[in-house]
Amino acid sequence: MRHENVKNYCLGIESTADDFSVGIATFEGEILANVISAYVPEAGGIHPREAAQHHSQVAEKVVAEAFEKAEISPKQIGVIAFSQGPGLGPCLRTGATVARAIATYLNVPLVGVNHCVAHIEIGKLATQARDPVTLYVSGGNTIVSAFDAGRYRVFGETLDIAVGNCLDVFAREAGYRQKEGMPFGAIIEKLADKGRRYIPLPYSVKGMDMSFSGLLTAALKLLRQGKHRIEDLCYSLQETVFSMLTEVTERALAHTEKPEVLLTGGVAANKRLQSMLQSIAEEHGARFCVVPKQYALDNGAMIAWTGVLAYKHGLTVPVEKSFVRLKWRLEEVEVPWVQQT
Amino acid sequence: MGTTNLGSDRNDAVLLKKGAEANLYLREWYGRRVVVKKRISKKYRLSELDKQIRTYRTIHEPQLIHRAKKAGVPTPTIFLVDVGNAEIYMEYVEGKQLKKVLNSMPVETRWEICGCIGELVGKLHRDNIIHGDLTTSNMILTPEGRIVLVDFGLGEFSHELEARGVDLHLLKRAFESVHFEFAEECFRRVMDKYAQIVGFEEAEKVLEKVREIEKRGRYVSERRKID
Repeated sequence: MRHENVKNYCLGIESTADDFSVGIATFEGEILANVISAYVPEAGGIHPREAAQHHSQVAEKVVAEAFEKAEISPKQIGVIAFSQGPGLGPCLRTGATVARAIATYLNVPLVGVNHCVAHIEIGKLATQARDPVTLYVSGGNTIVSAFDAGRYRVFGETLDIAVGNCLDVFAREAGYRQKEGMPFGAIIEKLADKGRRYIPLPYSVKGMDMSFSGLLTAALKLLRQGKHRIEDLCYSLQETVFSMLTEVTERALAHTEKPEVLLTGGVAANKRLQSMLQSIAEEHGARFCVVPKQYALDNGAMIAWTGVLAYKHGLTVPVEKSFVRLKWRLEEVEVPWVQQT
Repeated sequence: MGTTNLGSDRNDAVLLKKGAEANLYLREWYGRRVVVKKRISKKYRLSELDKQIRTYRTIHEPQLIHRAKKAGVPTPTIFLVDVGNAEIYMEYVEGKQLKKVLNSMPVETRWEICGCIGELVGKLHRDNIIHGDLTTSNMILTPEGRIVLVDFGLGEFSHELEARGVDLHLLKRAFESVHFEFAEECFRRVMDKYAQIVGFEEAEKVLEKVREIEKRGRYVSERRKID
């Protein structure tokens, strides 16, 4: 057991979508545990109710495992953080219920964390980035943001579906099934590696915003024609969407002149996207940072760490006011722990 | 010798601005001060895709700029389009980027300027021209107090309400991200003048579209009611 009597640990619960995860962080920013349990649908996309059922079934086990990994006792927890939004209602509520129960039982404060802020903060913690332009890409979000005047401002985002969603649906329609440890994005990446021929797809950048739904429709149409190799289709899909993401990130970088580019979120694990962003970072004399794999997907560690930052600035929430916020936008969140540079 | 360079008489270009998709050079060209916009090849992009994007934008931007002028919107004069090198030679517009001065100017001036923006965007839209990147970085305030619109690289010709809506949505977003203290009043002023150009009924339709686009965005607290 570490430091028996000091209550300077934060337990974070993440449950916005298909993952239920618990992380434990020290107040200094050391991640002691990050246990993730993924709900894998039988077929189709995430069913919110089924995902929530999965979360409530595994909650106890995941929390216990996190304490085991961290080698601390519940009595040493000084604050509980949970992802308060944005996300799927039933999933968020399950995580929030677990968080409220533990906080009440241990009689410690509760902190509601914005999921998007957490993805940025864990990326900054892990890579030591100080003031980056962030590209946050996942199954639910596609955001280009940078800090200005107290908040993470959104410079560009998707006008319709998230880029991860676009890739997931394509892979699913192509007949692939995701497995634990092999998400759709990884399947597409592997296939794309063997692609040789570029098939033109709609390239849709509008100012700093992007649109992926028309592109997905076009890609699915080509898929159903059955005239192209699946490898070439994945290759073309990846090249097109990643070029769009990179172009918008580069515009934000040129506009803000920030010293770093941070890639975070589930799609950050993609090597091709990493190399594209690396290229624009070098072009603009910025340092390229990518979130480590274990913190790329939704995870409790990022909630725990962001919880520490918020707690240190007194941003706790009473249990009776800790309702979830399904549509909580990134730029609505005050982040007093970030200093203007 | 590689590609022929139609534009070169001397190599005296000064890099004005290293943009995201293009570099702007200031140079003397046959006795004239010009800006050369060169779309640079992006290493990160596949060469086919890279060529396709650069060629498309190099051809379309001057067309849009020309049509905008016909619509009564001040834009730089185009002197030469060199598709092979993805270069556009155009007039150097003296002035300041609006982005850099809008926040610090007196209230009345800002009011004037925003009205002017609304008028220009209205004229574009009336003629089915979509700018595609309406930010205050792409507006030059000349010493005489005129606004000149530049960078039509992401523009298009479209008569669709959706395109006009997205165009104004981008402008609103630009206000919110860079001029957040005055975003609301600036945009309202823009729309007032816009309405005078395109007609109030039309302006209301576009504004309704802007609201719809906002609600379509992710995590907007107010959703459209399902009727």
